[in-house]
Amino acid sequence: MRLDQLPLNRPARVLAIAWGELADTAARRLRELGLDEGVTVEALHVAPFGKDPIACRVGRMTVALRRAQAHAISVEALAA
Amino acid sequence: MNPAPMVALVGNPNAGKSALFNALTGARQKVGNYPGVTVERKAGRMSLPDGRPIELIDLPGTYSLDPASPDEQVTRDVLFGKQEGERLPQAILIVVDATNLDNHLRFALQLIRLGLPVVVALNMIDMAERDGLTIDAARLSAELGVPVIPTVAVRKRGIDELKAAMAALIADSGVRRIAAGPGLVQEDIVVLQRRARAIAIGATRQEQGARRWSHRIDAVALHPVGGPLLMAAILFVMFQAVFAWAQAPMDAITALFDAIGRWVQTTLPGGFLRNLLTEGVIKGTGAVVVFLPQILILFFFILLLEATGYMVRAAFMMDRVMARVGLSGRAFIPLLSSFACAVPGIMATRTIDDPKDRLTTILIAPLTTCSARLPVYTLIIGACIPARHVLPGIGLQGLVLFALYLLGTMGALVAAWVLRRTVTKGPSQGFMMEMPRYQMPSLRDVGLGLWTRCLIFLKRAGTIILLSNVILWVLASYPVAPAGQKQTEYSIAGRIASVIEVVVKPIGFNHNIALALPPAMAAREVAVSALATTYAIDAGDSAGNDAAEAKTDQALGSKLKLDWPLPTALAFLMWFVFAPQCLSTIAVTRRETNGWKWPAFMVSYLFVLAYVAAGATFWIATWAGL
Repeated sequence: MRLDQLPLNRPARVLAIAWGELADTAARRLRELGLDEGVTVEALHVAPFGKDPIACRVGRMTVALRRAQAHAISVEALAA
Repeated sequence: MNPAPMVALVGNPNAGKSALFNALTGARQKVGNYPGVTVERKAGRMSLPDGRPIELIDLPGTYSLDPASPDEQVTRDVLFGKQEGERLPQAILIVVDATNLDNHLRFALQLIRLGLPVVVALNMIDMAERDGLTIDAARLSAELGVPVIPTVAVRKRGIDELKAAMAALIADSGVRRIAAGPGLVQEDIVVLQRRARAIAIGATRQEQGARRWSHRIDAVALHPVGGPLLMAAILFVMFQAVFAWAQAPMDAITALFDAIGRWVQTTLPGGFLRNLLTEGVIKGTGAVVVFLPQILILFFFILLLEATGYMVRAAFMMDRVMARVGLSGRAFIPLLSSFACAVPGIMATRTIDDPKDRLTTILIAPLTTCSARLPVYTLIIGACIPARHVLPGIGLQGLVLFALYLLGTMGALVAAWVLRRTVTKGPSQGFMMEMPRYQMPSLRDVGLGLWTRCLIFLKRAGTIILLSNVILWVLASYPVAPAGQKQTEYSIAGRIASVIEVVVKPIGFNHNIALALPPAMAAREVAVSALATTYAIDAGDSAGNDAAEAKTDQALGSKLKLDWPLPTALAFLMWFVFAPQCLSTIAVTRRETNGWKWPAFMVSYLFVLAYVAAGATFWIATWAGL
């Protein structure tokens, strides 16, 4: 499953990130914001207009990103 | 004497860096600019417990030493001793957010490797405790190999201990060269991140805590329906306050300047000097300083929205809308600031990483209705739009004002859409932002921010605005017209205006408007005082004697009412929605874009837009028989 398809409030683990699908600056920002394989993420909110971007918990941070960018991140939902 | 040792304050965005800076230096701050770039240089004086002075410099927040924006470039250059006009810091004070250690430690690790003496402020330790986190500062210090001091900058906790640690640091070190330089920071960010995470986990004990209150606020603030409504309500209150709260202080300022004017009028003997002081200096400056309350109220809200963390939520909600015109939610913050003033708005674009996004935002920033346009709108609407109600509770004047704001905003969005498809074409870089937790803003920090803005504005009023008023007054008063000739036609300014009049006549502007247009370029609000001066000089007081009496807004308003047909007034308003940007905006655009190309482009496209819009308004209104 990709991060943009993950239902809200369901913790998941990042399996892989397709860095090549992201623009250079976006890829670097994502790394700086702590996105990495093995990290726990959880989608928390969606923006009101057009349900895009989404806000996700990454570690102890909340990070906003567009669905197109979230699509580059493969995740696996964790058992609740 | 040697200058005081310099210590650089560095950290991630949202680590509480500014609060710590304020706690350490108090009001002893100087905000300036680095040469060549518009990144603000914030420096302040502090004293160590043993009385030695330190110059503390607050570097822009960044996530790593690999710069993505001009802001971050400065941080890196200062730390490498490569920033022009800046000394190499003698030590680094790193701020990390205790609640977000795994992320912030990564940057700290990178900084520690530079080899300068370092002390770490483990900030927001109270928030961490509230989240049920216990952090072992001693263990953290052992792992990092540098002193770690727990602090709560907004409550001034741990500040003395921090100063003591800094004193120890400065005691045993001269300026040290950085060991290797750029090569050091090439290290893979992922490797550093993993190490940081391991250290953070080792030093932190988490009890199950009642954290997530930030998340609970977001459940309301970002609610699909409630979120936008709340944002609209906040913006409504903000703009409402600009008008409602400002009235009393504005009246007081007007009264003060009137009193000074009267005092000069009765004290000095009549003549050139008295006229220059009362009409050029006091009236002119007073007409501008009177807007200080409105500008401060607007800045108060913007600082508050930033300090609480709500601004990023607004950017998050607006991202989709901004994406429609080719921008991202990040552009929303500078644009909102531009409602106060385009200058800080344009400077706030520094946080946008994508160069084309940033350029587009700079180019459209002058279209949002800045507070300097308010006096012009208020004057013309008061004079020419009838004060009647369209619907119960909704006045026509208020509606027109709202329409002007709306028009400017729509203009900005349409301009962005067009620019993004032509001049600043390029792929969108998307939107990615940390959403900091909500914070109770410290009134002291907001107060300091307002004080800085206040000084900047008064300095502007005392220099460029004062100067343009004096020049206009002299040009409009001399040479003195012979009997039977109008002073505003005969004077130097009048002759210049006659040339401009040829160009602006087709869009319905008269001679006196043509006279007010050039000085309005210095600062928009000068248009009001310029019109006041021209109508006062024309009122028959040959060289403007005693004109000060007649130059109240009401008196000017009733003159405009007689002199300006409605289509002219509407065209004039429309002109101000789009056109004349102040010199400061052009100057800041030049600095931000490193050259004259973009400011020249901006000025041209806005003038064309204004001319067409004002012309169309004039002719449609005339045709409609208004």
